Amino acid sequence: MAGLVPIAETAGTAADSGADWLTGWRSGPADGSDAAPDWLGAVRADAADRFAAHGLPDRRVEDWRYTSLAHLTGLELDWAPAPADVAKESLPALVFGREADCRLVLVNGQVRPALSSVPALPGGTVLTSLAGALASGHPGVADLLKRRVAATGGALKALNDSWLEDGYVLIVPDGVTVDMPIEILSVGTGGALPPAYQPRNLIVAGAGSRVTVVEHHVGLCIGGYFANLVTDVAAGAEAIVRHCKVQDESREAIHIALLDAALDRGAMFDSFCFTLGGRISRNELRVSLDAPGAHCRLNGAYLAGGRQHCDHTTSVDHAAPETHSDQLYKGVLDGRARAVFQGKVTVRQDAQKVEGHQMSRALLLSETAEVNTKPELFIHADDVQCSHGATAGDLDAEALFYLRSRGVPEGQARQLLVEAFLNEAIDAVALAGMRLPLERNVARWMAERPRS
Amino acid sequence: MLEIENLHAAVDGRAILNGLTLAVAPGEVHAVMGPNGSGKSTLSYVLSGRDGYEVTAGRVRFRGEDLLALDPEERAAAGLFLAFQYPVEIPGVTNMTFLKHAVNGLKVQRGEEELDAMQFLKLVRQKAKALGMSDDMLKRAVNVGFSGGEKKRNEILQMAVLEPAFAVLDETDSGLDIDALKIVADGVNALRGPERSMLVITHYQRLLDYIVPDRVHVLAGGRIAQSGGKELATRLESEGYAAFVEKAAA
Repeated sequence: MAGLVPIAETAGTAADSGADWLTGWRSGPADGSDAAPDWLGAVRADAADRFAAHGLPDRRVEDWRYTSLAHLTGLELDWAPAPADVAKESLPALVFGREADCRLVLVNGQVRPALSSVPALPGGTVLTSLAGALASGHPGVADLLKRRVAATGGALKALNDSWLEDGYVLIVPDGVTVDMPIEILSVGTGGALPPAYQPRNLIVAGAGSRVTVVEHHVGLCIGGYFANLVTDVAAGAEAIVRHCKVQDESREAIHIALLDAALDRGAMFDSFCFTLGGRISRNELRVSLDAPGAHCRLNGAYLAGGRQHCDHTTSVDHAAPETHSDQLYKGVLDGRARAVFQGKVTVRQDAQKVEGHQMSRALLLSETAEVNTKPELFIHADDVQCSHGATAGDLDAEALFYLRSRGVPEGQARQLLVEAFLNEAIDAVALAGMRLPLERNVARWMAERPRS
Repeated sequence: MLEIENLHAAVDGRAILNGLTLAVAPGEVHAVMGPNGSGKSTLSYVLSGRDGYEVTAGRVRFRGEDLLALDPEERAAAGLFLAFQYPVEIPGVTNMTFLKHAVNGLKVQRGEEELDAMQFLKLVRQKAKALGMSDDMLKRAVNVGFSGGEKKRNEILQMAVLEPAFAVLDETDSGLDIDALKIVADGVNALRGPERSMLVITHYQRLLDYIVPDRVHVLAGGRIAQSGGKELATRLESEGYAAFVEKAAA
């Protein structure tokens, strides 16, 4: 229900959002323009009605209280960008800094096989495009999509539903372990008008399977674009899904992402989000721990400067007993940057022996930077252990003096302490190969960070 | 090497040092002893340039330079080192990283070539071994989870690696048992030499049995109340500070 607006309250919002903006959106994918099955047309139309009724959320909507999309409604967007001409050589280096074993490339939300390199994956694992999976009538994909589309999820999700067309699909059969990390490179390009794209991604991990996905979001332009992403994750019993995301979009990009994960008995979802880029960004995670033993770890690190706004929103639903969740978000803010952390933990009645922990720490390097933290705990069972905490502050003056007294120049000492602060969150990334590239990103940001 | 003249300093507007004068020649080890609240730690922080310690009068010359005009890192580059009474914990920064930034921070400031990874590793391993410190301690975050003795030993390791011309040891003996005290004192004594001077700040005479000073000064009421040879420390131990405190207050 999060983010869904009562219609009466926001009846005027859609119109207020700008008629031009909606005209472009209304056009939608043309009927028959793709090889999509018939049911999809109805799904899109229904979602379009839902979005039209609600409009974009404004700040009266509790879930969007601290993040304004007003900037978005001021943009005239290209809702159906023509396939951009992107050379393989122009793609950024891989997160791992070497030739990936497996990389799927999306440009403006569309899978581009010619730019990708996907080897044969073990045990019948499938990595493909949503457009392809829909055209070939993959039964698992259609079933999951129909279920997920029916679920409510706010206006931005309805917007994504209404353009359901492409994205990446990863299906790991029962009992299969995929050792090599699967890298998804999502590229945004500029254009005469900023492109808008709305990929829909699916990760289906069968019972007892193991898989690691690394999403890397970058911009190949200075200008802006609007990425509205939805990723659905279904983890079967005892499955282990690791999801690591590096959001390094262009400085003017608007990046709104929702990941919705449902976990079966004993399954583990391990998420790490590293946010560097974008003018306005939101990474929202909804995790439903549906059966005993399900466990999630949601960690994030962010760096924001200038007038960047980054929002990390989580919602964990302990729907079953003996489920665990752990969250740690750490960020560094400079200039006039603003960060939001909203973390909701719900423990349902009868969901006993649950543990849910949440911590948000922000380091403010300037007096004009700001962080809004909103923890929400809804606990309806009695045998639970839940905690939350938040801190915001400057660098430790004692540590800074200690370093300087040993001969470390002040700027370097500050950088070292910022890196140390973020490393706590980065250390939590289970994927060993991710640490070094993330630490390099921190060093780069400290050197080049935009000032107000 | 170090000349302190008529030093007055205040913390939060409260005068702590009231006309302290002291000179240490190259190669000498001086002890500054005094009761709690006499200004011992303030002296060490004023010398190392910590924020919040305001010098209201007097001057400090270090190897011919105006020490008080320098930033903390510049003082370090000039050859000053403070062994902290309460070494600071820095989560997320390993001892190795800390030392590497310190060594090369000093080298860059002095216009010298930085050490490469191999040279640095060799240097630190050798110094650590001499102090009985394990590789594991080098890999751990600076002072995080260290015992009192380990923290003090870590200070001496930093001193051994950075090889300052002048070291201020601020209550380096506090919180140490006798075995740890010997290890720390051995480490300090190993660094004594004709070109290196030290100021050993302590409440108790005990440390001075192991680090034998050339001169002993009694600090009371923010100035030097009496100076003498090492026998002054022994006298203080038996007679206490009361006489000096009364004299300073009078």
